This record gives sequence, C-alpha cells and structure tokens, in this order.
Amino acid sequence: MPEQEQMVAIRVKVNGKEHKLQVEPRLLLVELLRENLDLTGTHIGCDTSYCGACTVLLNGKAVKSCTVLAVHADGGEVLTVEGLAKNGELHPIQKAFGDAYGLQCGYCTPGLLISTYQLLQRNANPSEKDIRKAIAGNTCRCTGYQNVFKAIKAAAKGA
Amino acid sequence: MADQDKSNGQKRWVGQRVPRKEEGRLLRGQGKFIDDIKLREMLYLAFVRSPYAHARVVNVNTSAAEALPGVAAVLTGREVESLTSPFIEIGPDQCQKIADYPMAGSKARFQGEPVAAVVAESPRLAEDAAELVQVDYDPLPAVTDAEQAEKNESILHENAGTNVVWRGVFEYGDVEKAFREAASVVEIDRLHFHRFSSTPLEPNVIIAQWDNKDGRLYYWCNNSFPSFAIQFLAPHLRIHIDQIRVQTFDIGGSFGIKITNYTQMAVCALASRKCGGRPVKWVETRTEHMLSSAHGNERTFLNTRVALDKNGVITAIDSRHIDDCGAYPRYEPLGCVIWSQVFPGVYRFRNAKIDFTQVVTNKCPVGPNRGYSRMQHLWFLERICDICAHELKIPADEMRLRNYIRPEEMPYTTPNGCVYDSGNYPKMLEVGKKLIGWDEWKRKQAEARKDGRLIGIGIGTTLDSGTNNFGQSQIINPYAPFSGNSQGANVKLDIYGEIVVAVGSCPQGQGHETTAAQIVADLLNVTPDLITVRTGFDTERNVHTGFSGTYASQFAVSGLSAVHGAAQKLKKEMLRLAAFTLNAKEDELELGIGAQGPEVRVRGTERSIPYGGLANIVNVNSAVMPEELHEITLNCRYIWRAPFKVPDKAKKYGNLTLTYASQLHIAVLEVDRDTYVPRILDYVAVDDCGTVINPPIVEGQVYGATAHGIGAALMEGCFYDEVGNMLTSTFSDYTPITSVNMPNVKFGDIQTPSPHSFNGAKGMGEGGAAPIHTLSAALQDALFDKGIIIDDSFNNGDRVYHLMQQAGKGKKPARVKPRAVPA
Repeated sequence: MPEQEQMVAIRVKVNGKEHKLQVEPRLLLVELLRENLDLTGTHIGCDTSYCGACTVLLNGKAVKSCTVLAVHADGGEVLTVEGLAKNGELHPIQKAFGDAYGLQCGYCTPGLLISTYQLLQRNANPSEKDIRKAIAGNTCRCTGYQNVFKAIKAAAKGA
Repeated sequence: MADQDKSNGQKRWVGQRVPRKEEGRLLRGQGKFIDDIKLREMLYLAFVRSPYAHARVVNVNTSAAEALPGVAAVLTGREVESLTSPFIEIGPDQCQKIADYPMAGSKARFQGEPVAAVVAESPRLAEDAAELVQVDYDPLPAVTDAEQAEKNESILHENAGTNVVWRGVFEYGDVEKAFREAASVVEIDRLHFHRFSSTPLEPNVIIAQWDNKDGRLYYWCNNSFPSFAIQFLAPHLRIHIDQIRVQTFDIGGSFGIKITNYTQMAVCALASRKCGGRPVKWVETRTEHMLSSAHGNERTFLNTRVALDKNGVITAIDSRHIDDCGAYPRYEPLGCVIWSQVFPGVYRFRNAKIDFTQVVTNKCPVGPNRGYSRMQHLWFLERICDICAHELKIPADEMRLRNYIRPEEMPYTTPNGCVYDSGNYPKMLEVGKKLIGWDEWKRKQAEARKDGRLIGIGIGTTLDSGTNNFGQSQIINPYAPFSGNSQGANVKLDIYGEIVVAVGSCPQGQGHETTAAQIVADLLNVTPDLITVRTGFDTERNVHTGFSGTYASQFAVSGLSAVHGAAQKLKKEMLRLAAFTLNAKEDELELGIGAQGPEVRVRGTERSIPYGGLANIVNVNSAVMPEELHEITLNCRYIWRAPFKVPDKAKKYGNLTLTYASQLHIAVLEVDRDTYVPRILDYVAVDDCGTVINPPIVEGQVYGATAHGIGAALMEGCFYDEVGNMLTSTFSDYTPITSVNMPNVKFGDIQTPSPHSFNGAKGMGEGGAAPIHTLSAALQDALFDKGIIIDDSFNNGDRVYHLMQQAGKGKKPARVKPRAVPA
C-alpha cells in the first residue's frame, strides 16, 4: 500500500455533501467517486475521454472524470447523476429520458444526463445541431441516439 | 394505456407502449453493474499481455512483481496449464487437437493474449506489479490474412498441424445445370467483409470467489450466455457444474461480445483459489477489450459466379468463402454453419454451392457479434444482387422485386431446409420507398449527377434469424452433443400473493422485465406494475437450461414462451384452488382486480378470493387443503422446448431457426468530392418482427442495430498491420459512431405474425446488419459509373479515395458474361 506521506489531503463537495479525504496523487476523480464515495452511478467506458460515461460537473462544468485527477477537484464542487433527483423526485431531464425510451442498458445514461444538464443550463432552447454537438462526447452503443435526441428536445421544452 | 379486448372486456398489455420497468434505477445511477460491487477482502487482478502477435514465451520472471508490497499472487500461463484441462472444442478432428487455455503457456498467438495475471490489494497496485513481470519472447512469423493462413506456412496450433479449423461444401439443387442454362453469368473475383466489434460500453467485468468455506465457486459477472460459460468452465476447472454459482445483474451492453469472457472467468477463479478464497475482481480496460475480448468474424468471398436468367432472376450461385476466426476457435466453428440459417437470404434461387473454410490467424479470437455469421453472408448476397443489377442495368428496386421470395410462398422452405415462417419483402420495399421519397430522390440524384455530384441510393434487405436449433452444430461436428433449443421460467404467487416471474435470460437493455410483465399481466388479468420480474442469470433460481442467456434474437420467442407456459400453469392451479375455496366450477371463475387488489371471483357474484388468499393456503395454511389438491404449488416452473429435429448432417439439411424477422433499409448518400467521405443524406429502416410486444422497445433496438451497422460500414473496424499489431485498440482509433455521425432514421414497420410462436412474435434485436448492406449498395450506386465495384464492407473516406484512385486501372473486379442461350 502507498505510504501515508504519499497521500494528499483533499476537500471536495459532492452533490452538496462535504468530504475530507486522503488520496493517492494518481487517483482519478472517477475512482474517487466510485471507490471512495461509493457513488457508482458514474461509469468508466473507455479510459481515454472518448465515451463520456464518466461525465460529471466539476465546478459547474462538464468534465470527463476518468481524465481528471482527484486532487484537481480539491476545494471544488461536483455534481453526479446521484445528485440530479431531488427528494426522490426525478429531475425533468431524467423523466424525459425515461418517457422517450432514451436508454437501453443504461450504462452511458448518467454521463448523457449530465451533458444534457450542462447543455440546458447554457441553452434553454437548443437546436438539433446544438443537441448533437453537446453529446458528441457521449458514446451510446444501444440507442443509436434517436430517442436520446427526442428526450433532450422534450426536456428542453419542459425546462 | 391498455387496449380493451373486445372478446371478454379484459385489458391487453401486449402491443402497448408500456414504460420500461428497468428505467427507475438506471436513470438514478442506481443500476447494479458488476464493477459497482465491493466484497470484503476483495483483491484486484491485472493481466500481463503479449505485445507480439505470435511468439514463443521463453521465460516469465514474476519475482519482482511478487516482491511488491500489496501483491497477493502472480499466476502464469504455464501454471494455468498445469492446473486445468483445455477448454472444450466444439469442432471436429483438428479442432480437438487445439489446446485452448485462458492464458498463453509456451506460445502467444495474438497481440494482447494474457501470459500472466497479477493479483493485488488495489487495482492500481495490480497494474504496477503487472509492469514488473518480465517476459522473454521469441517472436514467430505472424499470419494476419485468412488466405495466407490457409497455406499453412506458419502454423498457430502445431498439434492441429493446420490453420484450417473446418471445411465443408454446402451444395443444393443443380448448380452446373443452372449455369449451363443461364442467360448471363456475373463473375466477382473477391469480396471482403471486415472485422469489427459492436463493442459494449461496459467492458468485461468479473468477480470470482473460490470459497474455501463451502468449496463453491461464486461468480458475479457480466457474461451474457452464462449457461454456456459454466459448461465450458466446469470441465476446464475440473469441478462439478453445480459447484459453480453464476449471478449477473445489470449488464452494460454485450451484443454477443461478452459470451466469450468465460476465459477470463477461469483465470479469476484460479487467482481466487491461489489467494485462499479471497474474492478477485477484474475490470477490463477499453484497450484490453479492443485487443483481446472478441471481434466479429471477418470473411472473404472468392471466385463468385452468379447465374441469371434473361429477366435478371438469379438462378444459381457458386462461391468459396474463407472465414477468419482469429487465434482460437472458442465459440467457433459454429459460425461455419450459422450463416446457412439464411442460406438464400431473401431470394428465390434454388441452386447454390458454397465451399466454406474457416482458418485461425494471429488476431483476437472472434465471438458471436450482433448479426453473428449471418450478416457476413447476407452482405455477400446483397452485394451479388446489387452488382448484378448494375452490371445488367436493372434498377436496384426492380432487381429485388424480381428475386424476392414472395409473400404467398410463406412459410417458405429454403434449399437447405430452413423454414421462413412469414414475411412480406415487396411490401417492406414499398413502405421504405414511400418513407424515403424514392421518386423524388431519383430525380434529385439525376440532377446532381449533371453537376458531377456523387449521390447514390441503396437498398439492403436482410434477415434476423432467431431461436437457433443447436442441432446445426452437428452439421459441423457429427459428435457434437447439442440439438434443439429450450428456455426456462418460473412464475409464482409468493407467500403474500405477490406475482414473481423469474427467467433465465440476462438482458443488457432489451427490456425483458417489461415484456415478461406484459405477457403475465394479460394472462392473470392484472397490471404490469403488480408483477416483479427477476432477470439476470442466477444458477440458484433453477430456471435455466443449457441454452439460457441473452443472445441470438430470441427472447420474444424462447424466453417469453417459457414465461407464458409458466404463467398458464400457475393460472390453471389458481383456478383449481379457487374453485375449491369458492365452492364453484372452474369455468365459472374469472381473474381480475377487485377492491382489495387481484382476485379470483365467481363471475357475476360478490364471491371472490384474493391472490394473497390463495398463496396463504398453499404456503402457510396447508391443513385446509384436501389431499387431492396437494400437488398445487402456485410456484410453477416451465421449460419451453422449440419444435426442432436434428438436421440431416450429410445433406446439411434441416430447419435451423424458428423465426425470421426481416429488415429493409434504404440510404441516400453522397461522396464528398474533396474529402471522399461518404455522407448519409437520408435514411429509412423498415422492420418486421411479427407481432410487436412493446413498440418503443422494438423501435429502440432497430435504431441501435442501425447505428452499429452505419458505424461498421463507415467508421468502425478492427485493423491490424502485417505483423499483427492492432491499429485500433482505443476508442480514439476505433471511433465508435457518435451523435454527430448518426443520421436521423425514418422508422417504418409492418407486422407479419409468425406461425411459429405462441403470440406471433419473432426474435429481433440483431437486425441483420442491414446498414452495412445498404450503404455498400448506395456507394455502389454513386460510384458504378466510375467503374468501381464496392468489394469491401468497410468504406470510410480513405478507402473510397483509394477505390477512386484505382478505378479503371487493372482488371475489373466484376464482369458480366452474356451467354448465347435461346430465349
């Protein structure tokens, strides 16, 4: 196991909750979320920031957490898929994905939801081109994206 | 939400847009994928892999790795060989001489093959330690081309003495007579279907625990055909099959690729045993997945001759096919017969001779990738149809209408004895042409051609054969112990009357929880939300047969037939018990939802008993039951068996699949004159999978299969250099299709109910790789005038550029030879 002196102390707020942790400098943000905090909704698909299954918001910006070190999140704020629903109620984006059959195996879905969240924060009325661009970094192998496009359009209308 | 059934006023859920029961947990990030599971004392495994495609493993030095603090064990290929028996080989003769182990012992046969495995306290430590394992290799000549492999100049498996895994001739009708009488013959020198993978987003993940407390081997894994995996694992690990418990939960896609992760399941088990029974987790990286999980079959079609009559109707095909299965056969050589489920595709020709060979090469072993083995053949047939149409100057749509099997011929027996249950290909073409605006596009195309623009319109008609007759394995190996097909299910009223369905499938997004609930809701006259469906494989549920899993487009037929059978059995028992308790005749009873919830009541009276009341009697109040009702359990297991016979092995004749869903796609594309990149301008997908159980679930899978096909046709390929280095081992190189490459798909459907399934449904999901055929055809249409024959299934900008550069130089790859035959 790594020596204690190799560990770095970090503070990070995830889905509104403060955490103080000792981490290896090489620990990835996605590993911190999944292994240290048991927030397993954020997934790893490609390890090289192509697929976006690991997308989370870090300080309000969508990042691919498989390519961000946990220490980079020190002092920061993270939103993951687990933080979208409020008081057990699905976020309108989640609801729209469900209504439009915008997911099948569900492995890419957490990343897609976060990318959509970011898109709609920045652009309440996205065109189809905006939508395609916003999720270009989120690979889905099941849906062929058709119902994802419908879900995002519906979420934008409802927002 | 539900329709009223006019006959009895009952609501019907089959055919409705029922929301998916799976959605809640997946949308909240609460899905249960294997990498989400943490077990006490868990260790992590990392593989050391061969950088060479073909090399002797001279020495493996593990001492530095073992000395690293936190490393629990290192396992080498040679050690694995000493502890296990080689995996079962399905093929005959030379295949039986291949010794397939999950790690390379004395020789590595593809780049990325594991040679050692390191187990450590954290995944990162395991990776560190894997880098400390020193392996000395002696490189050997690599064979990466199937035709080269066939020459046996460098042999992968010395014991077998040849790289040829299987060879057989499939011949039906009178081929030579048809060629003698042909009005014209078209010859095509070489066609090639490329290697790709539908590569699921979740990689292979396995947790194994060889528990020394009870001597059992526990798996939590994402294998997508676990009953097949345990049949391979038990003899390999030299244990009783009942010692193994396999559980799967949510699976992040498989598309067949996860069927062959039993090899890594074996290594994880041995590692756990070596570490005193601590659980061992292995999470595959994407690069490992691309290098060494499984790819789709690559196939070359040589010396093809096509006989046609004066109307352009194909009368015979003669061709030689070489399939490349990579370094080890594993699920192969089943692919050497599975293509023949769709022997004539959608076409009427009765005479054909296909000389089929499969070889090993120094590349990643193949596995049953979405559209498995049939898509290669269907692409070949569609290329033939399309090339002949162009050579004979017959419009593509007209060519197909002349050659399609006609709806009035259904059920249609193919030359090799398969029975196409139903279908209406001309109708699908009509629907497709209407959706795309065929005439308008033809007009636009003619205008654009005047400006030199390269626009093509292509049709692909294809089949998705579902519910295999495993007896086809005996066409490959007469001694293979498999035939037929079966699936199991259990439906019960639990102690408080809850309806619980268990099936032996392990869905990866296909919505089995939802469709199974729809079937049971209709039978028991309740709403689907009152039904709990336990999917995900678990040997301990005792609902699996040797065929259970999720593969080969079959759940709607095999899985749901089992669910339906079990629910019928339960309903019968409920009526019998209720007749006793209500002192009524069974035919006076009806099922429905009363004030207190689901109940059985005497029609037109207030007399009723809730489902919970029936469950109470059977489970905890049995003294009130008279002895003649003791056989009632309200816990009903049913095994559905497909009505198959063992095929005629010598003639290679018999029904190989139960249902034939069909797809017709039309694409309009334009080749960019500066970049040569083919761009899709319009796209239609028409689907027929018989009776549809849940329309948006079917539509969603059609879109998914369409994306895989478009990706494979234009972007995705598993490519190697000549010494066997894989060139596409990351997503940045492999470039899976994204939202910006995917066109809008216009969806259409027709429903020709299957006479072979209880509710008219056909298995679907694989989709026959229709876009690959369709886009090849569209490109052909765009480039035929340039003297180009589309002879490969992969056509990105680079490849189209080379085709256009080579056009007109050298021999034309396809030729038409008119014959002087009296009309």
